[in-house]
Amino acid sequence: MRAFEAPFERVTNRNFPKGPEVLAPGHGACQGCGEALALRLVLKALGTEFIAVSATGCMEVCTSRFPNTSWQMPWIHVAFENAAAVASGVEAATRVLKRKGRGHDQRIPVVALAGDGGTADIGLQALSGALERFHENFVYVCLDNEAYMNTGFQRSSATPFRASTTTSPVGACSKGQHTWKKNMPAIAAAHGIPYVATASPAFHLDLMNKIRRAAAVEGPAYVHVFSPCPTGWLMKPELAVESARLAVSSRIFPLYEVLDGSYRINRPAPNPTPLADYFRAQGRYRHLTEDDVAFIARRVNSDYERLVDLAERRPVS
Amino acid sequence: MAGRLAMDVSVAVAEAVRLANADVIAAYPITPQTRIVERLAELVANGQLDADYIPVESEHSAMSSSIGAAAAGARTFTATSSQGLALMNEMVYVAPGLRVPIVMVVANRAISAPIALGNDHSDIMSVRDSGWLSFFAENGQEALDLTLAAFRIAEDPEVSLPVCLSLDGFILTHITEPVLMPDQTEVDRFLPPFKPSVQLDIKDPISMGLWAPPDVYAEARKAMALALFSAKKTVVKAFDEFNRIFGRRYRPVETYRQEDAETVIISMGSISETAMTAVDEMRDLGHKVGLVRLRLWRPFPEEELLAALAGAKNVAVVDRHLILGCGSGPVGLEVKSLVCNSGLRPNITNFFLGLGGRDVTRANFKYIRERAAGVRNQLRAEFVGVYE
Repeated sequence: MRAFEAPFERVTNRNFPKGPEVLAPGHGACQGCGEALALRLVLKALGTEFIAVSATGCMEVCTSRFPNTSWQMPWIHVAFENAAAVASGVEAATRVLKRKGRGHDQRIPVVALAGDGGTADIGLQALSGALERFHENFVYVCLDNEAYMNTGFQRSSATPFRASTTTSPVGACSKGQHTWKKNMPAIAAAHGIPYVATASPAFHLDLMNKIRRAAAVEGPAYVHVFSPCPTGWLMKPELAVESARLAVSSRIFPLYEVLDGSYRINRPAPNPTPLADYFRAQGRYRHLTEDDVAFIARRVNSDYERLVDLAERRPVS
Repeated sequence: MAGRLAMDVSVAVAEAVRLANADVIAAYPITPQTRIVERLAELVANGQLDADYIPVESEHSAMSSSIGAAAAGARTFTATSSQGLALMNEMVYVAPGLRVPIVMVVANRAISAPIALGNDHSDIMSVRDSGWLSFFAENGQEALDLTLAAFRIAEDPEVSLPVCLSLDGFILTHITEPVLMPDQTEVDRFLPPFKPSVQLDIKDPISMGLWAPPDVYAEARKAMALALFSAKKTVVKAFDEFNRIFGRRYRPVETYRQEDAETVIISMGSISETAMTAVDEMRDLGHKVGLVRLRLWRPFPEEELLAALAGAKNVAVVDRHLILGCGSGPVGLEVKSLVCNSGLRPNITNFFLGLGGRDVTRANFKYIRERAAGVRNQLRAEFVGVYE
């Protein structure tokens, strides 16, 4: 079965999942947290008949202070760098127990959730292993807030070029992060898995349908979710969704899918909004000059055009 | 395939995992553990074991996947050695905290540096304090039998902790020995299917691995400590049941000609067979010497060991791991700590032996007996068989 044909019920405004929140309220995320919003949409899309595996991080800490939990499906947290490996074991167990008549007679998606540090840095090896092993019911969701927010805003390899963090600070000899954001979706796609997507909480239906497709495909799926962090990005809390929207329209975080190796851009930006509009609201970019913005824009546009090229040469059909 | 067979001890362990009908095996190859996991991969590939074999990309992921599989209700096995155990260290500590009953065989091999392939106990001692039940096997039969017993003990709802079995690398793992291969129906009587009291289940959701603030962390760790101590009862019960079904008797602590011994040597693992031969030879020369072997290392079998040492004037403790910067090895420390408040007053000496694959000979044990009977107030353990 091709990823394009994976059966799932599409989320629309009409049949939006009703009932109580799957991510129970009362968790301790910061005001205006874009990652909590993204997680809430992910879980709403999945319901409760799946098994969740969380890496250590903001979303784990703020939802699971003993004796409370926000997780209404079976959930396990083991450590920071190994959500993909733990999920591999859970996935194998659910399949083998079903086969041996000791499990449930249904397909059980196993969904690993980690931040950008737990994915692109310390968890990359475990993730690569899990994708390569081609676990049948395996979904990996990276909630990317572009730095180690849980420990106090240190840079990760997913921190964007020139962003200021506590370990890539701006100073007399530094203009902030001096490396470009690691391209995790491309790394995931290079494993030849059936489904890779980027998503954003500003486009909630698109995000939820991508999660549903990821859970429906046979084989591993990877969804990279942009997760604005007002606290770490030094931004007003009411601007999380707006900044997520501007990230897509300015091309710095394009929304696209890779289905069985074919590309589709979900929100094309033929006439991008100015990057400066995206940067302006965020204190982490406060130090950028016009030249800096222009320099970053060249790279952002070139990356976007490469994506357009892939989508034209290898369209989803 | 039952009855008396000659086979590599590693293969016997794999056969025990087959007889236990394990559900998930997650392993990464490292010498000298490899023959165990190769054989398991063959058994799965041939359809002789209905399990999922996860060929993970590291030992860290081997233990991570094992934790996930066991948490989801699968009977789970892994094996490693040396650097592999060091790499999985973080997860080795998490498994008992989450109370997942994984069974792990460690083919003991020295820790780097210098990099070495030879056998000692420096790998397993690096996870001494992690909360696993820990056993040491002496021979092939015991390796097979304890692997079966490990599943039963780990999965007992009263225990629900991971169990580790140490086999001396090469010296034991790569030896061909005659073993009595149990019958499947007997194994099924001894080892019921794994029924976890809690597991990741979509019909009955639980959260595992919650964050413990200071007001509950200490209580959680204390509960673990008590659970590990009381697991000894289950160990003894499982050994009794094993004896009833298979006719082979195991105890947490074994003794050999120790009843009237003035000097008692304490050892663990396969060198104990050499030690028993040495004891016989020394007895022939009129020396009152005996052997006490720790099969169970964690929880530390306090009562059994004190009972075995009650009549000894001299206690010589063999250690196969250096605690660098400390005058005693781990077994030496444990014995001294146990004895000092016991009312017993033996002269305790401690010896480092068989490090990094250095051969352990009968002559080593004869030397140890002489030193144990002669040296008083030993401050630091003595290296035996090591050149100046």
